[in-house]
Amino acid sequence: MEALEQPAAAAPQGEVGRSRERVEDDALLRGAGRYGDDLAVPPGTLHAAVLRSPHAHADIRSVDVTRALAVSGVHTVLTGEDVRNWAAPFPVGVREPMEHWCLAVDRVRYVGEPVAVVVAEDRYAAEDALGLVDVDYGLLSPAVDAEAAAAPEAAVLHEGVGSNVVSERHFHYGEPEDAFAAADHHVSLKVRYPRNSCTPIECYVVLASYDVAAGAYDVSANFQGPFALHSVMARALQVPAPRLRLRTPADSGGSFGIKQGVFPYVVLMALAARKAGAPVKWVEDRLEHLQAASSATNRVSTIEAAVTAEGRVTALRYDQLDDCGAYLRAPEPATFYRMHGTLTGAYDIRHLAVRNRVVLTNKTPTGLNRGFGGPQVYYALERLMQHIAATLGLDPLTVIRRNLVPPEAFPYRAPAGSLLDSGDYPAAVELAERDGGLAELRERRDAARREGRYYGIGFCAAVEPSISNMGYITTVMTPEERRKAGPKNGAVSTATVSVDPLGAVSVHVSSTPQGQGHRTVAAQVVADVLGVPFESVTVNVELDTQKDAWSIASGNYSSRFSGAVAGAVHKAATRVRDRLAGIAAGPLGVAPETVRFAGGRVHAGADDGSASMSFHRVAGAVHWAPGTLPEGEPGGLRETAFWTPPELAAPDEGDHINSSLCYGFVFDYCGVEIDPVTGAVRIDRYVTLHDPGRILNPQLVDGQVRGGFAQGLGAALMEEFAYGDDGSFLAGTLADYLIPTSMEVPEPVILHMETPSPFTPLGAKGVGEGNNMSTPVCIANAVADALGRADIELPLTPARVRGVIGIDEPEPPAGLEPAAAPRGGGSGLRASDSVTMPAPPETVFHRMLEPATLAAIIPGCHELEATGENAYRADVTVGVGMIRARYEARITLSELDPPHSLRLSGVGESAMGSAEGSARVRLTALDDGGTRLDYDYEAAVGGKVAAVGARMLQGAARVIIGQIFTRLAAELGGGQPSWWRRLADRLRGLVGRGGGRS
Amino acid sequence: MKPAAFDYARPATRREAIELLAGAQGEARVLAGGQSLMAVLNMRLAEPALVIDITGIDELHYIEERDGALCVGAATRQAELAAHPGLAERVPLVAQALPWVGHFQTRNRGTVCGSVAHADPSAELPLCLATLGGEVVLEGRRGRPRVVPAASFFQGVLTTDRAPGELITEVRFPLAQAQTQYRFTEVAMRHGDFAIVALAAAIRGEQVDLGVGGVADRPVVRTLPAGDGLDEALNEFAWALGAEDDAHATAAYRRTLVRELGRQLITEARPC
Repeated sequence: MEALEQPAAAAPQGEVGRSRERVEDDALLRGAGRYGDDLAVPPGTLHAAVLRSPHAHADIRSVDVTRALAVSGVHTVLTGEDVRNWAAPFPVGVREPMEHWCLAVDRVRYVGEPVAVVVAEDRYAAEDALGLVDVDYGLLSPAVDAEAAAAPEAAVLHEGVGSNVVSERHFHYGEPEDAFAAADHHVSLKVRYPRNSCTPIECYVVLASYDVAAGAYDVSANFQGPFALHSVMARALQVPAPRLRLRTPADSGGSFGIKQGVFPYVVLMALAARKAGAPVKWVEDRLEHLQAASSATNRVSTIEAAVTAEGRVTALRYDQLDDCGAYLRAPEPATFYRMHGTLTGAYDIRHLAVRNRVVLTNKTPTGLNRGFGGPQVYYALERLMQHIAATLGLDPLTVIRRNLVPPEAFPYRAPAGSLLDSGDYPAAVELAERDGGLAELRERRDAARREGRYYGIGFCAAVEPSISNMGYITTVMTPEERRKAGPKNGAVSTATVSVDPLGAVSVHVSSTPQGQGHRTVAAQVVADVLGVPFESVTVNVELDTQKDAWSIASGNYSSRFSGAVAGAVHKAATRVRDRLAGIAAGPLGVAPETVRFAGGRVHAGADDGSASMSFHRVAGAVHWAPGTLPEGEPGGLRETAFWTPPELAAPDEGDHINSSLCYGFVFDYCGVEIDPVTGAVRIDRYVTLHDPGRILNPQLVDGQVRGGFAQGLGAALMEEFAYGDDGSFLAGTLADYLIPTSMEVPEPVILHMETPSPFTPLGAKGVGEGNNMSTPVCIANAVADALGRADIELPLTPARVRGVIGIDEPEPPAGLEPAAAPRGGGSGLRASDSVTMPAPPETVFHRMLEPATLAAIIPGCHELEATGENAYRADVTVGVGMIRARYEARITLSELDPPHSLRLSGVGESAMGSAEGSARVRLTALDDGGTRLDYDYEAAVGGKVAAVGARMLQGAARVIIGQIFTRLAAELGGGQPSWWRRLADRLRGLVGRGGGRS
Repeated sequence: MKPAAFDYARPATRREAIELLAGAQGEARVLAGGQSLMAVLNMRLAEPALVIDITGIDELHYIEERDGALCVGAATRQAELAAHPGLAERVPLVAQALPWVGHFQTRNRGTVCGSVAHADPSAELPLCLATLGGEVVLEGRRGRPRVVPAASFFQGVLTTDRAPGELITEVRFPLAQAQTQYRFTEVAMRHGDFAIVALAAAIRGEQVDLGVGGVADRPVVRTLPAGDGLDEALNEFAWALGAEDDAHATAAYRRTLVRELGRQLITEARPC
């Protein structure tokens, strides 16, 4: 209960613990930040554009760059053939025969997969040439849905593996069977966590060059780490690591894990620079980013609990299926194993059974994404806890309380291996309940329900892991495979502190911050240790693998800064201080241990009035007067500290893994009200309590909480990377992939508690990801509570929530029954319509077989050329409104049954993607000598058009296909009123003013 | 995301703009606020030979009352219309709808006529124009300006009655009628997003003109009984719109909103 009684306003003595405004912000707010795109480029730098697959799954039969090379300003085009010659596939985390290259070499496996890179004098010219790279694709069936892709009959992405399930592992901890056998209740739930991403404002940037003489690549990229991936990149480039110099810029426009996924492009652009013989710059655009950068892993979980009558959970059983997309890109399948030791969450549950399967599908490869692995686990676990409460008729908070790890149990070893370092979960829950006003929310719920309104309260208790064990990923291997491969573990963090000849302090950290304020906190830590003003400490956060101290764990992920990197900073600063104490001890006439650093001076003792020297005088001696230094003091002043915690051991023979060093605690609850008509979810109040160990800068902690909360809210209510059944990507703009804005994000009530970690130098833990883990499920639980339903699915869009409330539709009036529901998205565009032709069926049929007629009725048809009987090649420009796409199309007439019916089909490719359509046409003689032409069509659109225009595809297909038959009627009769006009006339009679459709 | 090369013209007069447009034989696009066109160009969803920027044409920059209508010239921004004195009294439906059109920033650039010309099936201004029975003025190289009723102007997704050589020079919103109440509402994922369903109503006594956007491939307007028979009429209307599923909403959801929000909108406006 210590934390509860702590006075809230206890002002910290030094810098650490103080709310310091960020030193980073001045430049950012003035527009003077130095982002990846701001880096100076060498003279002669060329610009790259990436040709991407419009297909989810296809063989590449050939790539012809002839026409692209002819474009003015184009220097070269990098293709799969070059990549085969110069590079190797990326190493993969599981031992299966599958290859992932930086560029598709023989097959594309997701929409947006890079197929070629055009390098030109500017980006305009490069994009001009993209559409002129001729790729011949042989289409393959896609595997899109995770569960369907795991079935034996699914199309297989990597034939060498023979299945899309590329990893399956079973784990057993304790005696789960016995616990289930003894339990009063078994409660289970099947949930799906969707594909989404914490989309940064800044997309990927790579600037690469190749030194022919040295055979070395020099690349600047807004890569965030982990630098274990430097080894992956160097191996793909087939060079020793020093010949891949990787540098990162000072500022970041956000990452949230996503900038890990730039690494394949580091390799790709390095190769492009090599081929071009010049530096190459590439800036990813938003469409590229949304469709092909990275995403969180979508997961299907079946989770079951063994529960006593009182709501005590004695065992858990997880069956998890992770969809990692088209390739198992490093560090996947880490989404599973980052959380593996922590699968029991904040609860004291001793028995656990787990089945983990990784399935590959024709979707963008997944990767790091803020909260990595956490949202998926807690969405299952915390939904289950709520469901247990609902099933047993208990309050959810009661069920949570009865299962929390007790405070006396810390450090607590969870069954799968996590060593929960510190905490007092019941105290935290009590604090949040009291200070967040839970009782008031309950009253509001009761009042709302009395009025028949939908109001619910949701909870989430989550353990927030930080500082990943670099060995956790090897849990995917069997113990025997691990023995062969050798142990992997630990998490080396790195920091350097130096003092210059005038006594100013410089710090370098290998933490590649992405907006968190590392420069501010590192300066706070060093200012305290050396007793110098905060302002006199300069922190550099650029990373250069040739010059700076780094290790594989370097980088910005798993919330490792405050626990690990700030700790390394503290260690390096302490070494500097100890050396300076040794130097000052002589002149001050005291032992080094009594020397004290404060106020920019070096004091002989604890008393401010004791003898002292200025800090710069003492530090200056190491540069200006090394001859005066005590024996053993080498002069110069620069200390690099590496730090790795001993608690991060490799997985053991029983597959126990302490997957992270620190485990913060998050306890959230919220009240939501649901609009009974629209299904919109309104957050009435959101309370989030964090115990991140010792807080280094409260203001930055609050910033992390707010940002994570906004992203968690987006995941709960809006965000999803939608795919069509054919694997077409349907969320290519920020009007399709919806991110909450400040208008949609309420201010959460943020509460704090501090239980220092015994395992980190400063007692701090990570705090950057908690709300990404807790908020989606907390809101989902509130919605489940409001509606009294278990069958809810993320994102909780208004339409989906209203669907759960129930739509009890009155019958359609006669004649207005809708056709079979289309599948939606880029595929399965279908409709039927009819047009009256001013000629008998024989004439209509005959004319449709004439090339001249086809050329006249197909919109924007040029150069129709026969390629066989009733088969043509044509250049077709189709569009609606201001939009136009030019397709190279193959058109065929088939299933000829003169003069009754035929099929008109077309398939085309363009720079904007692929399109195909097929219309079954039936002709019926009319009494007036004319013909009624009925047609049913089915069309599919892929690539860019589907990605950015999904909302309008149905209507656009109707317009374009309708044009064909309207034009046919005009060809046959001339002078007839247009189809549109007649339709409009007909409908005006039916519906009054305005258009309409039957 | 860089556009293909195009010629750019910034004519000073309406006549000059129309000559350029007619001379381009369908290969020109008109740039007004650019809120749709620039994205389309950058994504290379269109590669016109010529972009005609009409924002410098002073004679197309006006809002004026004429013959019972509020007439808005083609160079007039949405924000200017929103700030037009007396709009809430003269054309209350448009005053209610404008805050739903994109965001503050996009309204500062986007034009009224541009939204009508683009004919996005979810757009608010075409819905208002159709519901009020407004008109679109089109001018080509030859002949008199064509005045087309909104009912026949909107023909499908992004598809209108405008011929390739014609410039929309003006739209006309009929002024508020006596004894008539105007109501607008919308459901979108976020404020400013494309409407999942948008509803505009002109209610006069026992009758209501109800316009629906975001459901069919164009704004659709129907005259319904405001009192008895409203539910049946709304149901019939909801089904007749031919709603379809998309990534953000199901067809059944859209129909439900037409029925239930439509009823709310109409009955709340009527005095009991």
